[in-house]
Amino acid sequence: MSLIFFDFARRNLQRNLFRSLLAVVGIVIGVLAISTLGILGNSLTLSVTESLSTVGDSLTVIPHSGAGSQFGGATAQEKISERQVQDLRRVAGTNPVIPLYSTADRIEVGTQKGVISIYAMDPDDMPQLVTVEKGIYVRGNGGILAGTRAAEEFKLKVGSQVRFANGDTQRVVGILEERGIGFDIQPDFALIVPSRWYEDRNEVKGYDQVIIKVHNVDEVDALEKAIDERFNRRETVLDTFSSKEILSSIQDVFGQISTFTTAIGGISLVVAGISILNVMMMSVTERTKEIGILRSVGTLRNEVRKIFIYEALMLGLIGSVLGGLLSFGGGYLISLLILQTTEYLFDPTSLSSIALGMGFGIGTALLSGLYPAWKASNLNPIEALRFE
Amino acid sequence: METVTATEGADPVLLRFEEVSKVYPLPAGDVIALDRVSLTVERGEFIAIMGPSGSGKTTLLNLIGCLDVPSSGRLVINSRDVAELSDDELTFLRRDTIGFIFQHFNLIPLLSVLENVEYPLILKCRDRAGCGQTPQMALRAAGLDDERLYTHKPNELSGGQQQRVAIARALVNDPSLLLCDEPTGNLDQKTGKAIMDLLTEMNRNGKTIIMVTHDLGVAGYATRQIQIVDGRIMEDTG
Ligand SMILES: Nc1ncnc2c1ncn2[C@@H]1O[C@H](COP(=O)(O)OP(=O)(O)OP(=O)(O)O)[C@@H](O)[C@H]1O
Ligand SMILES: [Mg+2]
Repeated sequence: MSLIFFDFARRNLQRNLFRSLLAVVGIVIGVLAISTLGILGNSLTLSVTESLSTVGDSLTVIPHSGAGSQFGGATAQEKISERQVQDLRRVAGTNPVIPLYSTADRIEVGTQKGVISIYAMDPDDMPQLVTVEKGIYVRGNGGILAGTRAAEEFKLKVGSQVRFANGDTQRVVGILEERGIGFDIQPDFALIVPSRWYEDRNEVKGYDQVIIKVHNVDEVDALEKAIDERFNRRETVLDTFSSKEILSSIQDVFGQISTFTTAIGGISLVVAGISILNVMMMSVTERTKEIGILRSVGTLRNEVRKIFIYEALMLGLIGSVLGGLLSFGGGYLISLLILQTTEYLFDPTSLSSIALGMGFGIGTALLSGLYPAWKASNLNPIEALRFE
Repeated sequence: METVTATEGADPVLLRFEEVSKVYPLPAGDVIALDRVSLTVERGEFIAIMGPSGSGKTTLLNLIGCLDVPSSGRLVINSRDVAELSDDELTFLRRDTIGFIFQHFNLIPLLSVLENVEYPLILKCRDRAGCGQTPQMALRAAGLDDERLYTHKPNELSGGQQQRVAIARALVNDPSLLLCDEPTGNLDQKTGKAIMDLLTEMNRNGKTIIMVTHDLGVAGYATRQIQIVDGRIMEDTG
């Protein structure tokens, strides 16, 4: 029964093929925008989550000193004293506590000069935070480790000699494995030097940062609370950040980015919807006489409405399916361009953004078809028949 | 919906106008297309409605065909007051018991000849097989034998052929009432005569026919002539 109305809709779309195609293109673009941007947002979140979980959970403790030195930059005035580190060890129990100096220095490698960030820590602690890929770990006071990016930039190899600003030299004994963005330290771009050697050559008033590796993720909150109670009773002395907290705030930010990008996609769908509305209103006007004929030979209002709704649905369906298919390509490209990886493309959350885009596409088309359909069905048959 | 047609045959009166007026409100002033018309039509009649242009003939036909409702007065069709019928009920009445033949054919350009004729059948029967009647039968009855034409679109046919398609479409649901608005207006004399012979035969087979025409010769086929001037019935031979 309804097949004939479906057929009407299909034939009319074919009759105005070019116009129909334009309306479809609008939907395709809208769906593509929502899906692709959704996939990007998802992939971003997933890649950050993943790189973080490989680092494991750690608690970063820094002196409370206002904004500027959140990650223990060299400008920070406040330091963490040896006494405070001892207290932290007591609070941390069996969890390893790693105090470190974080600074930057001018270095020379051969004829190449430049500035690099430097972490100084006990050689025994180094394996807890970083992994050597080539060469060996530092033993005693001799030798330093170089992060992958730092090694690339200064063309460092195991055995390379690095001259520091004060004239001292050290040999690179190990090149680190790439670790990606971390929330404790950023070893990829840094040199890791022994703390004793560093203390001997600099006037140190205390550590810049203490990292507590937490074995059991569930302990993080309790530990943070314990530190707070121990140190920050009267005034805030130490700030703590857990990677978990940072992760969730990063996820928040990406969530907002996703919402924003979806909204941009939504705007393009609104435009597509208006174009469908326009196409359908033209169609209603052009077919006024035809609608009059249909009504005069016994077509119900509801049946006239169906013809137009089907038409809108077809536009939406074709546009959404095309847009959904193209989204795989779009998602692939944008992930490759921005994230350099496409491994998250087929993740359920990415697929759900395609479904979301398609759903919005069909919904928009349907919504845009409602008014024209209502208008067509309410035409007075006599007036419609008189229309030329 | 079937209750609308259930009384068919019992009452010899098919429809009755009681002081029916139709007013079209226009910005320049109301147009009184029909002015207190009273008229009774019995089943099986063949009526010609004549009158000058703008006298209200088409308006009268549209009211009978349930395409429109009176502004005032009572119009009773098949013992039902049309004022009491919903839009859907009026549509069912059109679909199931009334066949329309318009002056300008009014075929659906999207559909082929066969589909145009089949369309009311599908509306009525849903299931194409269940109707007994087929579009081919209706087309043959309307004098369009050439089956090669059936797949053509209406605009590929001559005026006479289109009129036959329109007649076939009006007949396909076996309506008890045929309404024709100048069925021969666009046709040459020979084709016009063939169409009139066809209508005469339909009338002999029991269909009530109400036809608008300007042509006295065409009006001669009818058994009753009604003259309308300025929305009023001036003469009625019935
Ligand atoms: N939908 C409408 N809106 C406004 N005025 C209308 C409408 N339909 C008909 N009229 C007016 O009502 C009057 C009767 O029109 P109608 O079409 O019934 O005349 P007619 O007798 O069929 O004329 P013709 O022989 O030219 O077809 C005319 O004055 C016409 O302008
Ligand atoms: Mg007329």
